[in-house]
Amino acid sequence: MKDMRKFLGFAACFGMVFSVGCGGGSSSNNTNTTPPNTIASSGTNVVPITVNTGPSNSPYLYANGAFVSVTLCVPGTSTCQTIDEVLVDTGSFGLRIVSSPVLTLSLPQENAADGNPMVECLQFLDSYTWGPVQTADIQIGGEKASAVPIQVLSDTDYAVPGACSSPSGDSGSTDTVATLGANGILGIGQLPQDCGVNATCPANVNQYYSCASAIATCNPVASTVAQQVQNPVSLFTADNNGVIIELPAVSGAEATVSGSLVFGIGTQSNNGLGGATVYNADPSTLNFSTSFDGTNYSDAAFIDSGSNGYFFNDSGIATCSSNVDFFCPSSTLNLSATTQGFTTGSGTVDFNVANADTLFNQFPNDAAFSGLAGPAGSQAYFDWGLPFFYGRNVYTAIEGATAPGGTTPYWAY
Amino acid sequence: MSVSVKSKALVLGTVFLILSTTFPAWAALGGDITSVQSDQLRMQGTIRTTAKGSYAVHEIQSAAGTVVREYVASAGDSAGKVFAVAWQGPYLPDMRQLLGSYFEQYAQAAKAQRNTRMRRAPVLIDEPGLTVQISGHPRSFNGRAYIPGMLPQGVPAEDIR
Repeated sequence: MKDMRKFLGFAACFGMVFSVGCGGGSSSNNTNTTPPNTIASSGTNVVPITVNTGPSNSPYLYANGAFVSVTLCVPGTSTCQTIDEVLVDTGSFGLRIVSSPVLTLSLPQENAADGNPMVECLQFLDSYTWGPVQTADIQIGGEKASAVPIQVLSDTDYAVPGACSSPSGDSGSTDTVATLGANGILGIGQLPQDCGVNATCPANVNQYYSCASAIATCNPVASTVAQQVQNPVSLFTADNNGVIIELPAVSGAEATVSGSLVFGIGTQSNNGLGGATVYNADPSTLNFSTSFDGTNYSDAAFIDSGSNGYFFNDSGIATCSSNVDFFCPSSTLNLSATTQGFTTGSGTVDFNVANADTLFNQFPNDAAFSGLAGPAGSQAYFDWGLPFFYGRNVYTAIEGATAPGGTTPYWAY
Repeated sequence: MSVSVKSKALVLGTVFLILSTTFPAWAALGGDITSVQSDQLRMQGTIRTTAKGSYAVHEIQSAAGTVVREYVASAGDSAGKVFAVAWQGPYLPDMRQLLGSYFEQYAQAAKAQRNTRMRRAPVLIDEPGLTVQISGHPRSFNGRAYIPGMLPQGVPAEDIR
């Protein structure tokens, strides 16, 4: 369906990406009649969010990573620490902070039913995090949650089990600033806990472990709902039914981008649904649907601020020669897809796919790239990563919570 | 054609495996048919086998809800060997167990991919002797791994799903 793609005079735009739009008087047509999204700038439920290349001591520059600052306190005390450069991830659930030297607080350890320390392995697609579950009071802007189980990332406090292996050893661990590319991950997606079930997390999924000592072999154990690492938003005393990520539009590449993370949906004057359409997710998979280029990703699409690009399959778009995991079309493609909620919500999403090799070569120190995309593999999902959030306020409502506009879990935009 | 092999023979076979192996029988990709049974044991799953001509699909429904399919060639150079695995479900399977001797190659390739610009994105490994693709998110993972040189003649990679 080539008619869905209009070539944009991309090369000609490069000198102008920092100016307003691109191609105003030229043959390329980038006329955008949609008014810019409104970004909340104040309120007890608002914190600044920045797209930058990550912590200065990370050896790799993060592309399309959105970061916030989070304050942790020893529960019930005023002994606190503020940690910046924590990745905002709507694709995971719960707070994970890199251990010393990032986390300097000494937090109470959570114990498994057998009395030994509870340690978690959380598997991401290309990596895992490993480390003890400890509790902290969490403050983000004006929002507070008490005694929240979090994961403290460390490969050395307890021996990494073989099954925590996706992949294993230091090749798969993302427990340091260097390997994570961030000081932590703030998982504020559609679930209140991180095991994926609103019930006791079974031992046989190899997610929670009991570790008798630093050198003992850790054994997989069950973890109750309360013991699991928690999405802190669910535990806020107010504004706890979801979040809004509000980022401005990005034209081509930009060094940094500033926006807001807003807590709560319809709980204050600054977080109403407004004209946003609600797209509910399948509660059993947390997916919705997307139709693109003749393929319907039925119950196989999702929105994830923690993915750094759009990921989908299109054999008609060349992959890059240098950054082989991304697309490299000869000129930027203007594309269109239809997104569809599990039972409610339908709408068109226009997006573009740029040449990632060119972007990274021309703007090696930039953090935000609106056209970053790549292939997703066989029978894969349509992953609407962070570029989807540029120029669009995206609501993520938490399963089980009451939120305006429909049954949770949902996205709205 | 779907044949239940959760039979007495298999039970006896798995009991034999338990008794005969001191270590967990790491298995699957590149391994022989017995590795399928050890995977089933480790996943506490039920198994169902479907013959597909030049290969058979052993589908393990794990207790945790994730379905793992292991593809075993029935003829040719790779007869009796697991040439591909695929999975789908709420949790990722134990990749070290599933990829067996191919695990380290996978792990190194995944690391190289992640570090380009800190992706956090689907895994796409396409090396001369190993293809691995993983996509999805918690509650909905999907992936497959296969050894291109071991695919039975005439079997397209698209069949592995």
